[in-house]
Amino acid sequence: MIDWPIIIEALPEFFQGLKITLILLAISMSAGFVLALPLAIARVSPNPWLSRPVWVYTYVFRGTPLLVQLFMIYYGLAQFEWVRETAAWYLLKSAWFCAWLAFVLNTTAYTTEIFAGALRTTPPGELEAARSLGMSTVQIYMRILVPSALRRALPQYGNEVVMMMHATAIASAVSLVELTRVARDVYTNTLMPVEAFGTVAVFYFVLTFSMVGVFKLLERRFLVHLRPRRSQTDPGLVPNVH
Amino acid sequence: MLYGYLPAILEGLLVTLRVAALSLLIAVVFGLAGAFAKLSDSRVLRAVADVYTTLIRGLPELVLMLIIFYGGQGLVNSLMDRLGYGYLDIDPFIAGTITLGFIFGAYLSETFRGAILAIPAGQMEAGSAFGLTGGQVFRRIMAPQMVRHALPGFANTWLVMVKATAIVSLIGIDDMMHRANLASATTRQPFTFYAAIALIYLSITTISTIVLHALERRYSLGQRKADF
Amino acid sequence: MLRKITLAATILFASLAPASAQTNTWTKLRIGVEGSYPPFSQIGTDGKLSGFDIDIANAVCAELKAECTFVQQEFDGMLPALNARKFDMIVASLTITEERKKAVDFSDPYYDVPSRWVAKAGAFKDASPASLKGKKIIVLRNSPRAKYVADNYKESEVLLAPKETEVYLELSAGRGDIALGSSVVSSEALLKKPEGKGFEQVGPVVRLAGGSGVGIAVRKTDPDLKEKINGAIKAIRANGVYNTLQKKYFDFDVSPDQ
Repeated sequence: MIDWPIIIEALPEFFQGLKITLILLAISMSAGFVLALPLAIARVSPNPWLSRPVWVYTYVFRGTPLLVQLFMIYYGLAQFEWVRETAAWYLLKSAWFCAWLAFVLNTTAYTTEIFAGALRTTPPGELEAARSLGMSTVQIYMRILVPSALRRALPQYGNEVVMMMHATAIASAVSLVELTRVARDVYTNTLMPVEAFGTVAVFYFVLTFSMVGVFKLLERRFLVHLRPRRSQTDPGLVPNVH
Repeated sequence: MLYGYLPAILEGLLVTLRVAALSLLIAVVFGLAGAFAKLSDSRVLRAVADVYTTLIRGLPELVLMLIIFYGGQGLVNSLMDRLGYGYLDIDPFIAGTITLGFIFGAYLSETFRGAILAIPAGQMEAGSAFGLTGGQVFRRIMAPQMVRHALPGFANTWLVMVKATAIVSLIGIDDMMHRANLASATTRQPFTFYAAIALIYLSITTISTIVLHALERRYSLGQRKADF
Repeated sequence: MLRKITLAATILFASLAPASAQTNTWTKLRIGVEGSYPPFSQIGTDGKLSGFDIDIANAVCAELKAECTFVQQEFDGMLPALNARKFDMIVASLTITEERKKAVDFSDPYYDVPSRWVAKAGAFKDASPASLKGKKIIVLRNSPRAKYVADNYKESEVLLAPKETEVYLELSAGRGDIALGSSVVSSEALLKKPEGKGFEQVGPVVRLAGGSGVGIAVRKTDPDLKEKINGAIKAIRANGVYNTLQKKYFDFDVSPDQ
């Protein structure tokens, strides 16, 4: 039934693809995390000059498909002569950089909204307590608001990481040989759909559920204080939609 | 406008909207089935529903689509050969919509499950006590309230799904994205075309958000809200 | 509820394209074509396909008295789609190679043009593996040219583009140093266009080893269709249709036995 030799012969390629997928994910998520924190603080700011531009940015990038964003950057920017003459073209020439840029812009938009949502649900008491201790605004953000919000954002952020891992499959459209591209090439060369796509499915499966497991552990570690409260409401009430 | 490709792009938009609408319909069917299976007394049904949502959570949409499009076709072919029938084509449109419906049905099953649990069980029991059949209880008591509870999750799923339709171009559906690919290859003006369809996607998102907000207001009439 | 689901499922299955009752008389043919390989295959502003491949396919259909529908497919998935029976034959400038013959059957060739290197004028004096060492070569993914490059230019980098038109898009964008493509397509898609200014062909024409012209591909299980197609190609070459078509596109002979 299943042609094992084909799979075994292609395994090194699959592992190479796995490496590319993981690198792409790691560099996109880390940049996204760093950018999303200040943006989220701006997003919840009462000053419209700060919050509005961030809203526009997240609205546009969450409202359009990642594939379109990627193609706009990879194929689109090359259309303009003046872009090709700038120093930035040295970077934009590489498929790696384009994929990274598109993924960072995309995940930063989602992560910003996740962090902003968590900041908004800060228990008022935490803020009042911090103010009554005479902390400065910077101190309040650094010591109280951000750490507390990041904890609350953990489940949704975990979801976002898994979603982005799946989204890296789209990089196969711009000649990055990540997991999905390897599977498509194996399929084209062998014409064996079950072997090619079945193998890559196993890879994604293991990846997904290892990540889910890691985030479960993190939640257990960092969200201990939220547990008793959660058991009072019915957990089934929370729709588990991305 | 758009170097004469505007009509072609708009035709593609129609395909995109058809894919999205049909996928949503299929997703609702899968979602309801999944939700009831998860809440059923049968261990087998619950297990099947769990496998379903786990499978979807574990794989990228594109990979699922390739599996169904190519693997599914192989399966259908060998089945039809064995039964002695001729050829049954899984055309990309069908494969794309079924796949999207299948994927987002898993998300909706969670939404619907939550919505069903939000309805006090006493209401269903009261319905049965009055002699309503299971179907009547669903239509008259559960469904109207489920709409209210499921609407936010449903809205979210729809918005994610509209964007996911762009991926169907990769398996050869002639949607808006595909039209933009062809137009940019021929005119060598890719930015223009991708920016144009990005704007169209953004309008779809905006219009959907407005409509769904209106619906949410309509269905939460009479709902008491806490004053903050 | 269950009844509703069953009903929906029934409607869904009924809506699957009908089993097009393939009685193998080949009166109805679905043809896989590509769409970004000018002047052989391209898509106009109206979404209509045109080009030499398309005209040849139509001429073969007319000869076979078959009703034909075109299915547009990315080049990359062409052979898998044929074997998955998404269509019955491929007319997409597929070069006949030993490797492809393992997966599908080919008709007699219906045209033959060599490949050619293209790069910025003056960048390379020749396209030998030594000159291209460390340079980035752009070539169509899963094509015999890609294999040729992989086999002979081991010390060069390779950028695989999903469409032949994108090979030249990438070249003019500067994502690679030199491209290997069909001599006809490269002049049509790049050199004859304003963007092609400053680019030139490098070195002599390249004849790929084992490449023996461009043929129409069919599944291995349909030798009768292959014979019919061969008959049709012979007929259109004998009755002048072929020559009229090639004059429409080329000012030189592309026939396989030039």
